[in-house]
Formats: sequence, structure tokens, C-alpha cells
Amino acid sequence: MTTLANAQLDADGFLTNAEDWTPELAEEFAREAEIELTDRHWEVIDFCRRDFAEKGTAPTVRRITKVGGIPTKEMYQLFPGGPGILAARISGLPKPKGCI
Amino acid sequence: MKKLLILGAGTAGTMMSAKLRRKLDPEEWSITVVDQDNEHIYQPGLLFIPFGTYRRRDVIKPRSRYIPAGVQLIQTEIERIAPDENQVRLTDGTALDYDFLIIATGSQIVPTETEGMTGPGWFKNTFDFYTLDGAMALYDALDRFKGGRLVLNTVEMPIKCPVAPLEFAFLADWYFTERGMRDKVEIVYATPLDGAFTKPKASAMLGGLMDEKDIQVVPNWNTGEVDGEKRVLSTWDGQEMNYDLLVTVPTNMGSDVVERSEIGDEGNWVATDKHTLQSKVAENIFVIGDATDLPSSKAGSVAHFEGEVLEENLLRAIEGRDLLPEFDGHANCFVETGFGKAVLIDFNYDTEPLPGRFPLPALGPLTLLEESEMNHWGKLAFKWVYWNLLLKGEEIPLAEARMSMAGKWR
Repeated sequence: MTTLANAQLDADGFLTNAEDWTPELAEEFAREAEIELTDRHWEVIDFCRRDFAEKGTAPTVRRITKVGGIPTKEMYQLFPGGPGILAARISGLPKPKGCI
Repeated sequence: MKKLLILGAGTAGTMMSAKLRRKLDPEEWSITVVDQDNEHIYQPGLLFIPFGTYRRRDVIKPRSRYIPAGVQLIQTEIERIAPDENQVRLTDGTALDYDFLIIATGSQIVPTETEGMTGPGWFKNTFDFYTLDGAMALYDALDRFKGGRLVLNTVEMPIKCPVAPLEFAFLADWYFTERGMRDKVEIVYATPLDGAFTKPKASAMLGGLMDEKDIQVVPNWNTGEVDGEKRVLSTWDGQEMNYDLLVTVPTNMGSDVVERSEIGDEGNWVATDKHTLQSKVAENIFVIGDATDLPSSKAGSVAHFEGEVLEENLLRAIEGRDLLPEFDGHANCFVETGFGKAVLIDFNYDTEPLPGRFPLPALGPLTLLEESEMNHWGKLAFKWVYWNLLLKGEEIPLAEARMSMAGKWR
């Protein structure tokens, strides 16, 4: 089973292969970010995983808010500092692209 | 008679009408362009208006002047695109049928997406420079400014022309130096990115310039609210920053038509194949310019490079041939850095901006990722190129659709 100790991560610390993700790994990523996962966090993670499977890219905060139905303010409470980046990392997705 | 319909007469739509009128037999194909007004704004010029380098008349011309003979321009607001019926409805009740549709409806700022932004401080101590009204009002505000903290802010990505806030900061540094009051102005750039720019080498280079010019970069700043009365900019997680003058790049979104038509994502960008420019909505709909959801810059140069690919692929689609996956995300931007200099960056989906020399026929090479006066003249000369060549779909001396590695240093 993939754990944080043997997981393949990219230069930014994101899982290289989203299929290697497990709920246990999410717990480990969360612990590293000093986040204790609640049901509400899992709603976000489930949305991110589903959306990634459909679209192939990690969802932006705007997308999690508008399509996933989690208010922006709450996203910042759930994932302090960087909800887009943290939600993606914990969900085992690649780093969201800051499009330019 | 077959019908090509183009929505939007901005950079991309105008250019495509010219390119395709030359290619499609007028006996066989009608071309119609729809836009809500007749004011074509040279958007790269808006940056120069607050500093008095350009005036209103420098950046605005009638759209109709640039729509070629043989193309009909309709000035009405678009109500809805109905892909299943191959039809576009306008707000005056007109229904336009099409065989092929090009969506070139661009992007817009939506300041109301941020709580308080359009409140009591709007156009008093808080300004945008992405609209002509905003840029003009900011000219007066800068003129009146007696000193204090000037905060530049990008609310969220993506934005049109992602180097524009940096350019504004550089030009503000120059402007206040010329006025002999730079020591009275603190310039701060608050950005949601983790550095000055997104791509590592350019971010380091431009971040270094910010340092040199004593412009403070505040990264990872996710704007949640503006209090125009107290002059406070705050983030979603409660950090606060005071300002005397706020110059913001509000949330950028695609056109409301895209939302009404239910063909876009959460930012109203239209799902588009990143290499062929065919929409994922319907096979006879193509998308160009800022309106797409491509992971490329939203910039006029990108629209120009996309134009070559779109022309080829639309003609192929009409003839029932396979589309070419030719678009590589190529973007090319002059970044004004103040004091009569500029930096040129050239990149695509896979290659970040690199230092080196950009080969330019007749004029000689331009420096890449390095300041030079020649680049500044290149930027100013581009206004002429825009009105006289780019909008007419002519070849311009700025390389081809596909990025070249010639002259770049890895």
C-alpha cells in the first residue's frame, strides 16, 4: 500500500500518480499540513477526486465553491493558507495550474 | 448560401473575419460578426493611460472600420447560443442561423465578485485599469496622489495579460520618480501566486527587478474583501493590509453569454481543445482568444498565434478533413519595466520563458528575459502593428504560430 514514506511525489510534493492515492494517504498529507480531517473535509476531497476523474485537472477554489457547493470562506477555514493547493495535495491530485 | 458567424469583434473576432473573408468564396459563404457596441479598444494601451503616455483617442477606434468589406457587422447584444439548433439569438429578438460558429467573446473584469470592491471606495480610492473608464479615472487619481501606500493587487487567476500588474508597478515607480516623490510612495504588489510570476525563471528575473525598484511583493495573498471606507484590503483568512490607493485587477471571467448558454465552466470559459481550438460543445463551434479555457495566457499575442491554427482548422472542418493539433500555447509579451525599457518573454505550454535573443527580421534581435530600450520601442511600435496588420489578419514580424527555440538559452 502507498504511504507517505514510499509514495512517488513530484518536486512540489504532490502525488505523481493520482491512482496511488488512498484515504490513509490523505490522512498523512493532512497531518503534515496540521489539518485534522472532518466530514466536511471529506466532502471536498470526494468532490476533488470526482472532478479530477472527469476533467483531468485539479479543480480551482472557484470550481470547488461553485460546482462543489463549499463556500469560499469555509474553504479557507478547512484548509488554512492555501485551500486550492492543500485540497489538491490531500486528494492526491497534481498541483493546480496557475494559468498564465 | 452557407453561414459563418463570429461572436465578438475584438482582437480575435476582427482578425478572423479578415482572414476568413480572404479564404471563403463570397458566392458560397456569408460572414457575420456580432458585437454589442462599436468601440474597439486597443487593450495593451490601457496600461499607459493612467501615466498620461496615451490618451483616450490613442486606444479607441470604431469596430466597423476594421471589419472588412463583404462581412456584415451587427451591433446588438447576444442573448444565447443554442448549439443544438445551430442558432444564436440576439437580445432584440433576431435569430441567426450558422453552419460554423466562432466564439470570440473575450474576458471581462467582474469587480462585484469581491465583497466591498464596488462599495464607497470604487473609483475614489480603488481603481481598475482594465477598462477605459477605470484607466481614465486612475489618471486623475495618480495626478492628485500626494504620497502614501499604493497597493497593486491581483484578486485571482486567471487574468488577462498576467504581466500587466507587474508592468503597472514598474511604471508607477518610474512615474513617481519623475515627479520627484518616489520617497513618499510605498509600492506593494499583493498576488495570489507564490511569487512575482508563475513560471520559475521569469518569476525570479521579474521578482529581482521588483526588489531593485523597491517594490514589495506579498505572495499567496487571496483577496476576500475590500473596505473602501477604512481603506483596508483583506484576505479570505483574515489578513489585512492598509492602502491609500488600491489599483486592482479584479476577478476575470468569460462573457455572460457563455453562462446564459450553459456552455462554460465556473469562470464562464468555454471548454476548448487546447491544440485544435475546436470547442468541446459541438464540432461546428470553434473558440479563440480569451474566451477559451486553455491553460495559456489570455493575451493578444496568443489570439494572433491561435488565429493561424484556427484558420487552417476551420477550413479543414468545412472540407470534412481531420483537424491539425497545431496550437502549442505560444505567447509573446513585452513587459514594460519603466525608464524606457522593457523585457520580452516568449513561451508556450511546455517551455517557460528563457533568456536569449529573439530573432527579428530587419530590426535585429531583441533581448529575451532581459531589459533593453529596444524592447520598449518594440512595445510602443506594436500599437501600429495592431491596428494596421494584426486586426487585418496580415503576417506580422513576430514569428509564427509555433514557438521556436532559435536564440533561446536553456
